[in-house]
Amino acid sequence: MKLRSLVCLCLMAASVAAQVTAERLLHADREPQNWLSYSGTYSGQRYSLLDQIAPQNARNLELKWVFQARSLEKFEATPLVVDGVMYFTEAPNHVYALDAVTGREFWDYDYRPSRDARPCCGSVNRGLAILGDTLFLGALDAHLVAIDAKNGRPLWNVEVGDPKLGYTITHAPLVVKDKVLVGVAGGEYGIRGFIAAYDAGTGKEVWKFYTIPGPGERGHESWTGDSWEHGGAPAWLTGSYDPALNLVYWGTGNPGPDYNGDKREGDNLYSDSAVALDADTGKLKWHFQFTPHDEYDYDAVQIPVLVDANWKGNPRKLLLWANRNGYFYVLDRATGKFLAGSPFAKLNWSTGLDEAGRPMRAPDMKPTAQGVLIYPNLFGATNWYSPSYSPRTGLFYIPTWQDSSMNVAKMGGDYVPGQRYMGGAGRGGAPLRRASLNTPTETSSYGAVLAIDPNTGKIKWNFKMTALTESGVLTTAGDVLFTGGREGYFYALDARSGALLWKTNLGGQVEAGPMTYRVGGKQYVSIAAGQALFTFALRD
Amino acid sequence: MWLSLSGVVSGQEPAPDGKQLYTIHCLTCHGADGDSIPGVNMRRGQFKRASSDDDLSRVILIGVAGTAMPPSNLSPSSRVAIVAYIRSLHDTTASAGDSASINRGRALFEGKGGCAECHRIAGKGSRKGPDLSDIGSVRDATMLRHAIETPGEASPQYRYVRAVTRDGRTVVGMRLNEDTHSVQLMDQNERLLSLAKSDLREYNLVPTSSMPSYKNKLTAEETSDLVIYLLSLKGAQ
Repeated sequence: MKLRSLVCLCLMAASVAAQVTAERLLHADREPQNWLSYSGTYSGQRYSLLDQIAPQNARNLELKWVFQARSLEKFEATPLVVDGVMYFTEAPNHVYALDAVTGREFWDYDYRPSRDARPCCGSVNRGLAILGDTLFLGALDAHLVAIDAKNGRPLWNVEVGDPKLGYTITHAPLVVKDKVLVGVAGGEYGIRGFIAAYDAGTGKEVWKFYTIPGPGERGHESWTGDSWEHGGAPAWLTGSYDPALNLVYWGTGNPGPDYNGDKREGDNLYSDSAVALDADTGKLKWHFQFTPHDEYDYDAVQIPVLVDANWKGNPRKLLLWANRNGYFYVLDRATGKFLAGSPFAKLNWSTGLDEAGRPMRAPDMKPTAQGVLIYPNLFGATNWYSPSYSPRTGLFYIPTWQDSSMNVAKMGGDYVPGQRYMGGAGRGGAPLRRASLNTPTETSSYGAVLAIDPNTGKIKWNFKMTALTESGVLTTAGDVLFTGGREGYFYALDARSGALLWKTNLGGQVEAGPMTYRVGGKQYVSIAAGQALFTFALRD
Repeated sequence: MWLSLSGVVSGQEPAPDGKQLYTIHCLTCHGADGDSIPGVNMRRGQFKRASSDDDLSRVILIGVAGTAMPPSNLSPSSRVAIVAYIRSLHDTTASAGDSASINRGRALFEGKGGCAECHRIAGKGSRKGPDLSDIGSVRDATMLRHAIETPGEASPQYRYVRAVTRDGRTVVGMRLNEDTHSVQLMDQNERLLSLAKSDLREYNLVPTSSMPSYKNKLTAEETSDLVIYLLSLKGAQ
């Protein structure tokens, strides 16, 4: 009996040690062999301390394994890796656990979202969160599902929003302490956006922050009539977290209807904003609205990138933000104060930023029935694709669409539950997906990765592609930058100079963020392209 | 304990159709839902003179003297099929009277039965054996009873492997996946491992289930309670 309890204790110890504790998540940078959250660490930098792959050997990268998805949907997920086990989702909500060295499957769990789900832009999912031995999936039908990471069994499943009204979830949740945080998509269906926290053990809602203030709340006056009820402001991408300030940072999306602001006069808070929330209560600490009264669908749905660096000679807690509206911003993340901002792509809707960072509007740029030509187009100068910051180079790396334009016209805009609530349409501009041949023209927009010095806003280097890009960016302590694009290339660039070190053609467009991990002393890099996930490492 | 979930009908002739037999022999008096005779409610698992499957089979064979329940000349396999169908009528969610059985079954599972030492339900228990969180959605009463009383071969998805690496390390675990060059398993510490076969000196599959038979360890009532509890498990989704 005694021996038996001893054995049990040992087993427990082993299994506890392997768990991803809240403490491990806080210090994810201390275990660069793992990739414990969507952006790798709470800072949102998508930067890894692994340095085995370096400019001098990147040409020796070779394919190690491929995972072929059964789904023909876009593959937008960033995998997690925990102690040699990789977890990711295939669209819409099929969860896999693989051996990270061979790509062979341990288990899979095919969550079938309700057919009531009506995502605007693809039945996609960008990944998972983990705490303890539990994975968290934000599902297409706006459910949050907890899954046993050892065997793929569902543990609990709660409704976050009503899919019939257009609520849906496509991003990886964010675990903070003992809570799972998730926002909702649905800005094209007249939802009222929110970010909510759930108890990781039970799925019980702990707090909920509406991104549109209700009657009596500060900011409610920025909406006219009852427009706030269906004003959108979704939160459809993962946030970041500063443990020292105990603040969670989240980007919010467009007000609705997208292209017709007539019935929602005012700034429409907190659409197109960065919000800083108390991680324990969800209470708003500050907000910064990038595009007040937006009529161009310029979601501020980007990964908030937290950087501690010198600013004008003093150490400062910064928030770097390259926005869909074409401006790059530097904010103080303790207060939300605007520090600097400058365009990183051609834009014509604004003539500049004032001292508080508020955009000055260009005249005659409101959408009309005939339409107005906007730069950047409604997909933005950047979008949800992860940027990266390297503390080694001090550069901020942005995947961008350059010289993009579109004619945006205003039409209608009456709310009907569960139906599109756009108030207009965009015409022309770039196609949503890559066509088979010769899509780019001399006058169409193009993709590029920009390396920006946050201190000056100056572009240090620019890696141009012929076609557009929806790929995220990863940087490493080896000073290598990984990214891809619509053409199907996956690149290793020199993070300091932007020089091409290595490329491979994956035959399908890259619409995901690269990530890196290490098992058995070897550094791997994974990227989804087309309908498959590819993993590379240096030749043996 | 480790439920063996296969081998129930393997290697046998096609089983008789219990529903068809029930329709022919039982439906006239007992009704489509098995609740037409006072005191007998098959949906609630309620019988006057029977609790175990053997009891039911005997009643079907010899009838009940002094009542309208006649004897029959049905073969043993036909009786097993009818009993299985009767058990499948049992809807635990519709039965308030079963909550006591479910509670007793849960207590057995977590206590005297020692089931949680190998099995897991809704995040509690061990992962050494199959997770039973939704077993009530995928197995009927007859299969569960059989698995508890007569575990045999382990189902292919729950087989154990024993491997010895070239450097002498022994790894024992549940096989999750296998190909020509590698095998993926969950070891005794519930870690997910992948082994390259080229790194192995020995590799053996253990075909039998390590689940002991509970036929003589639990009373007929206890087995029934356990089965009713397991049938109530429908999973998180």
